[in-house]
Amino acid sequence: MGDRRMTQPMIQMENAQLHYKIGNAISAMMGLPSTVKAVDGVTLTLNKGESVGLLGESGCGKTSMGRILVRLEEVTGGSARFDGQEIKDLSGDELRSFRSRSQMIFQNPFDAVNPRYSIRKTLEEPLANARIPRDEWHTRVIDALELVGLGDPKQFLERYPHQLSGGQLQRVVMARALILQPEFVVADEPVSMLDVSVRAGVLNVFRDVRDRLGLTAIYISHDLALVRYVCDRTIVMYLGRIMEDGPTEDIVHAPLHPYSQALVAAVPTPHVDQSHDPLPIGSGAPDPRNPPSGCVFRDRCPRAQTRCADEVPMPRPIGTRRVACHFAEE
Amino acid sequence: MPDTSVKATSSGIARIFEAIKLPVGDPFALAGLIIYALFIFTAIAAPLIAPYDPTEILYTEDYDLASDLLPGEEGHILGTTSLGRDIFSQIVWGARSALLVGFTAAFMVAFIGSVVGLLAGYFGGRVDAFLMRLADVAFGIPFLPFVIVISAFSEPSIWNTVIAMALVLWRDTGRVIRSQVLSLRSRGYVEAARVVGSSDLKIILRHITPNILPLSFLYGSIAIGWAILTEASISFLGFGDPDAISWGFMLQDAFASQALARQAYHWFIPPGLAIILVVSAGFFISRGYENLLFPKLGR
Amino acid sequence: MADTLLSIQDLSIAYQVGALDVVAVSEASFDVPQGAIVGLVGESGCGKTTMARALTRVIADNARIAAGAMQFAGQDLAAMSEREMNNLRWRDISFIPQSAMNSLDPVYRVEYQILEVLRDRGGMSKQQARARAVELFEMVGIDPGRLRDFPHQFSGGMRQRAAIALALALNPKLVVADEPVTALDVIIQRQILDQLRSLQRDLGLSVIMVTHDISVVAYICDRTVVMYAGKVVENCDTATLLNEPLHPYTMGLKNAFPDLQSAGTGVLTPIAGSPPDLIDPPKGCRFAPRCPFATELCRSTEPPLTEAAADHHVACHRADEAATLREVAQDPATWGTAA
Repeated sequence: MGDRRMTQPMIQMENAQLHYKIGNAISAMMGLPSTVKAVDGVTLTLNKGESVGLLGESGCGKTSMGRILVRLEEVTGGSARFDGQEIKDLSGDELRSFRSRSQMIFQNPFDAVNPRYSIRKTLEEPLANARIPRDEWHTRVIDALELVGLGDPKQFLERYPHQLSGGQLQRVVMARALILQPEFVVADEPVSMLDVSVRAGVLNVFRDVRDRLGLTAIYISHDLALVRYVCDRTIVMYLGRIMEDGPTEDIVHAPLHPYSQALVAAVPTPHVDQSHDPLPIGSGAPDPRNPPSGCVFRDRCPRAQTRCADEVPMPRPIGTRRVACHFAEE
Repeated sequence: MPDTSVKATSSGIARIFEAIKLPVGDPFALAGLIIYALFIFTAIAAPLIAPYDPTEILYTEDYDLASDLLPGEEGHILGTTSLGRDIFSQIVWGARSALLVGFTAAFMVAFIGSVVGLLAGYFGGRVDAFLMRLADVAFGIPFLPFVIVISAFSEPSIWNTVIAMALVLWRDTGRVIRSQVLSLRSRGYVEAARVVGSSDLKIILRHITPNILPLSFLYGSIAIGWAILTEASISFLGFGDPDAISWGFMLQDAFASQALARQAYHWFIPPGLAIILVVSAGFFISRGYENLLFPKLGR
Repeated sequence: MADTLLSIQDLSIAYQVGALDVVAVSEASFDVPQGAIVGLVGESGCGKTTMARALTRVIADNARIAAGAMQFAGQDLAAMSEREMNNLRWRDISFIPQSAMNSLDPVYRVEYQILEVLRDRGGMSKQQARARAVELFEMVGIDPGRLRDFPHQFSGGMRQRAAIALALALNPKLVVADEPVTALDVIIQRQILDQLRSLQRDLGLSVIMVTHDISVVAYICDRTVVMYAGKVVENCDTATLLNEPLHPYTMGLKNAFPDLQSAGTGVLTPIAGSPPDLIDPPKGCRFAPRCPFATELCRSTEPPLTEAAADHHVACHRADEAATLREVAQDPATWGTAA
């Protein structure tokens, strides 16, 4: 791992926004909210070879971020660049090249492969799109299946998705994402649909392949314990904004943002002697259609002051991290 | 449980049959399919089955007009009309017009509706808005008067019915298929195909269309019945093609010749029965498709 | 130890699939002490949900209780008539489903649904029921003003709280909760678990908690029953289970779980292979094909569930060597690396 490579940015987002329009003229006249801000003003840089966990509750915008970066969505404001190029402006050959360099591992393996396609056909689709010569297909399919730990790949080629277990299918989904040898991969909760005894296997393959291919990776999850297992850096999101961004171990052991503190405290561990103290956070769920003014977290925050209602806290550097809280030092 | 027997069926025809999933398991649908088979056979083999030309005016051996013969008289299975035409031959040839109208109309309705539904559902946005407003307009057109107007402005022909159906009835198919496509579009494997760089056309053809085919066939099989009924109504109202023998034309002919008053049941019951049989067969088949597509409705 | 509220004895539940009988729960036995939370853990298809549903006798049409007994406060639930069971449901045993949407009807206001239960099943007057509904909402931490809402106006966490309120409506002795927090985010999950725990203590409830998550068990359960392929493989108090497991499957599960409390990230170890097909379960121990410690005996003879240590039940031929096996199980190499 050369130093130069480490400091070259792969992903750059600047004040990126993804706003959806909801409702209609009548609901607007009634003063109801007209946009959902799935991602709202996110700025971040991901260097080549870096693995970052996106952590947060459902609706926090973590999945939307991933979708922007593989161009399943386009930013509605700000910018999101891949290796220096604005993702939403790509077209033609540039887009084709992007499609083989940037890939996604989906959450639900049972839904992510066409049930009518054999495993071989599923894995050949990206090869055909990238105009790989046909005589290379067979070896590349076999190589990809071996890479994800499906021993004896030949026995899987002509099978159909319903004949595979969840763990095997998720490996096929990984193989499809990796077959074009991408540089960047978004993994969207890849083990949340799997049984616990096979999760570890899929996670290990992910870690292993990432290290071997030197991938830049984003791992999306609501589970800090899983993020910690695969990523050195973690970004905590809440209602479309970054709350805290820094080395995973620092966040696990000494979270600075009150929301991160609640998240860390909330994760149960497989020990009887864990803390049962009430969480330092108000109950109630975030409503992405109607976020509070100022700091979006303030209505659940134990430290909220009047300043939090007036002024949006921007992520600012504190030591090794960035924290979006006016009172992060306290 | 894992089953390895599926993989062998990848020949082209087998795949199509697998995709359209003929509903042979349902007894009603099976009866419908048998009626259809008989009906298609009759239509294709009409010249071989029908003893006479259906429009030919026949004479008896002593050179009288062979009009208003009863079934069995002079070897006419179902008798003759007031103009001396053989009713059985008309029924047989009528199957041919019915088949032509029914199947072309069904094809047009299913095809146009599917294409509209696919485009609107997949691309969304302005394409969707435009096509769906067009569908709204089509929903506003009263169907039968529209066919009559078309027939009145053009040469009388059975194709008027087909054109009118194609222009109007795609709306139902289109709407339903659009909503289906909307949900398919957000399926993981469709998004995955986008991420691995498959073109829109490829995604539509390879990943989405196979899933909506059974629905297209459902609407197609409903349209067959509609088309035959419509053609019959148009002919009965006198806007039909006088040279093409259809079951609707036969009813109109019988009505105009006051067959009802003369109790010439052998004249108007057979075409009526033929229409009912074929149309209900179409609905039985579509019912079978419905059970296949929405298994919960049946119970 | 406290009195036993529910005692499950050699319970078998079979599904009829075509001409075959698939035994989803096979000769399961365990006790639920009065006032305890008992966890029922295992992977999908291990029979934990079937077992939980059987306790309220709300099981699929093609399922039946094939053998065994469920002694609840002196009565056998398995032998009860449908009418007697109906009397018991909700009043003595209630159910919290995984998705609260399944227990709340979207077309009626939440209040209406709670009142219906209180009046029809609890025989309360309208006024009593109203007061009780307010009390229940306060108990589970929802503003009683939200009683007039429709279920879709509730967030996921609130719906789950409402489902808990519904389950507690008639002061049951036993609450069966089927993965009650699985679909929720960690913070809400934790808050619901805390709520459940404090209600359980205040009301002296017994709770059966079905889950696949060992951490949830560790957080809230007093005792834990581990199931594998329809069998109870281990059953003891939670601390013993986590610290001194006797069954290799339990050891494997522990290795497969990430642990935020550990010093480093360590290495997670999967259990190779997948659970057996219940149509044709393996002869001998059902875990043997995936077990790194399996012997000839394990592959030929099924180990019975025995009390290997005081109040610690396990179904393993090598339970007496468990201390040694635990050492070996720590090493990832033990578990191989296959899919």
